[in-house]
Amino acid sequence: MSIKIKLFANFREGRGKIVEMDYTPGMTGQDVIDSLGITAPEIAALIVDGVDGKVDAMLAVPIKEDGYMAIFPPVAGG
Amino acid sequence: MFGYMGKILRVNLTTNEVTTEDLDFELAKKYIGGRGLGTKLYMDEVDPQVDPFAAENKIVFINGPLSGTATPTGGRYMVVTKSPLTGCIASSNSGGEWGAYLKYAGYDAIIIEGKASLPVYINIDEDKVEILPALDLWGKYTTEASDLLAEKQPGSKVLTIGPAGEKLSQMAAIMNEKDRAAGRSGVGAVMGSKNLKAITVKGNLKPEIANVEGLKAVTKECRAMLKENGVTGGGLPTYGTAVLVNIINEHGVYPTKNFQEGVDPDAEAVSGETMTEKYLIKRNPCHHCPIGCGRWVKSDKSPDGIGGPEYETLWVFAGDLGIDDMEVVIDANYWCNELGLDTISAGATLAAAMELYQRGYITDEMLDDDVILKFGNAESVVHWLKKMGNREGFGDLLARGSYRLADFFGVPEYSMSVKKQDLPAYDPRGIQGMGLQYATSNRGGCHVRGYLISPEILGLPEKLDRFDLSGKEVWAKVFQDLTAVIDSTGLCLFTSFALGAQQYADMLNEVLGTEWTAEDVLLAGERIWNLEKLFNLEAGISPEEDTLPPRLLEEAMPDGPTKGWVHKLDELLPLYYKERGWDEDGIPTEERLEKLGLL
Ligand code: SF4
Repeated sequence: MSIKIKLFANFREGRGKIVEMDYTPGMTGQDVIDSLGITAPEIAALIVDGVDGKVDAMLAVPIKEDGYMAIFPPVAGG
Repeated sequence: MFGYMGKILRVNLTTNEVTTEDLDFELAKKYIGGRGLGTKLYMDEVDPQVDPFAAENKIVFINGPLSGTATPTGGRYMVVTKSPLTGCIASSNSGGEWGAYLKYAGYDAIIIEGKASLPVYINIDEDKVEILPALDLWGKYTTEASDLLAEKQPGSKVLTIGPAGEKLSQMAAIMNEKDRAAGRSGVGAVMGSKNLKAITVKGNLKPEIANVEGLKAVTKECRAMLKENGVTGGGLPTYGTAVLVNIINEHGVYPTKNFQEGVDPDAEAVSGETMTEKYLIKRNPCHHCPIGCGRWVKSDKSPDGIGGPEYETLWVFAGDLGIDDMEVVIDANYWCNELGLDTISAGATLAAAMELYQRGYITDEMLDDDVILKFGNAESVVHWLKKMGNREGFGDLLARGSYRLADFFGVPEYSMSVKKQDLPAYDPRGIQGMGLQYATSNRGGCHVRGYLISPEILGLPEKLDRFDLSGKEVWAKVFQDLTAVIDSTGLCLFTSFALGAQQYADMLNEVLGTEWTAEDVLLAGERIWNLEKLFNLEAGISPEEDTLPPRLLEEAMPDGPTKGWVHKLDELLPLYYKERGWDEDGIPTEERLEKLGLL
């Protein structure tokens, strides 16, 4: 089983658009960003299996088997 | 008088009279400048019931006290008039250089009144102001008209309308430096109605600064804050506003096919990341801007490249039309600039037309043409934009905007607009505060009257639950009031991703010699917001128009991370009116108006 990590903007540099990772039961967003070398303060927005929220809270949420995460650095516009 | 040039230029196109008047410094400080002061000057002279295209209507071009100073992004100007699209107060903002040059020519504002009998343009070179014939420019696209004017008036900055403004499309923009637009609310058509093709401006004057050393220090501090901020020092310079495509889509609030869906599986093709990798030549910053979100991209239109599309433009010509082809969007953006059309409303009108075709209201026979207005049909985009801007055939109906188009077929509910102005690129069913902001915006559907996308999606300055209603009325009011301040200073709204009310107060204080606090400037913002509301009420815009298209209130989002949601405006609106100190019908109370100095 694997999960899909979608990366955006400069998080893609050296990592690519999508990273597939082996799923281990109970794994959280924190485990994912640790293995990608991304730190929590670098993240502005985070979606885990279609749900968004405050970054710190979302990093503690267990990811579903076959689930996904989308990770964004600070971006804006209008 | 510090900060301001102290002079207003008045040009009467009926009588050919040109006069100057002293700026009332106290009045200027009360309304700051730009959007606030422009609205006050306009309202003091024009009956809100005026027909936007009548000679009695006026149009105000105005910069702000920070325009043309060393402050970051101080090159912007505002166009204030009555909108032919909405019937509301219009204040359309543009970047580039023109706003700063109006100041260098020695003016805080130009008030244009009357109507010329033949096409004219106005040339301003400090004290020399001329009304000159423009018959040779009439009918010309933006680039050609701008190049001709640059030859006639070397060294001047050029502001012009395209054919859409000349032909009174309610979606006509005013273009400056060819690819910068005062885009929204049809302000270009008001110029067209006056037979005014263009305004050229140059000069070498500078405003006096109250505290030069103090301004240097606060400018340095603000520039450092902009540089260190992840958005203004990273995301925007690197990817432009196009960087929003993916994040908005991933949240399931990327309006797709005229807001029928909220996720576009192929959005990556028009993302900021794709643009940067495959199309970007360089950044294209406005005057004194350290952020430089503007893009310069590859195109077959010019070997040197052309101005690139913003996020809203990418969305409207891609997801909203079900197309997702970067080259189609770059082309559509180019043609909107050439024709002088607001990209958001022009694209949204095509989206509404495509839904009307999908539902059988528009038929092949009506189009009288081989190019069918159908979701996914890439070749229809530029084809129909040209007909829209030139008002040819069915394009004449399209030129009136999505509301009037859908209303023509008896189904205005297929126009995704508020107060007849098309909504931008965020579906409010999954961004409850933003929906409240759309519904209450004084210029109709608009994202830059209070950008609640920042806290609800982007996590700036903190992440709010985008579905939760609690406190959203407070956020909406604060964002609306602060935006009114920034729009009045002459600075770019994007500075607010890094700066707060205190920094705007600090910059204004050093320039003007005032001693304002953050609370003082927010109160000025609230004053401006209420002033605009008063105009709309007197113009006959009822609070019942503080609403959203029925689809967004009644049809649950069909899929994606926003699945199942509608917008809960009926719960939020009474809270918002209360927060504003208005009565339950949405009318400002005497008590609040008195507090704001508006009685
Ligand atoms: S941030 Fe972008 S829109 Fe604003 S002034 Fe700079 S280049 Fe212009």
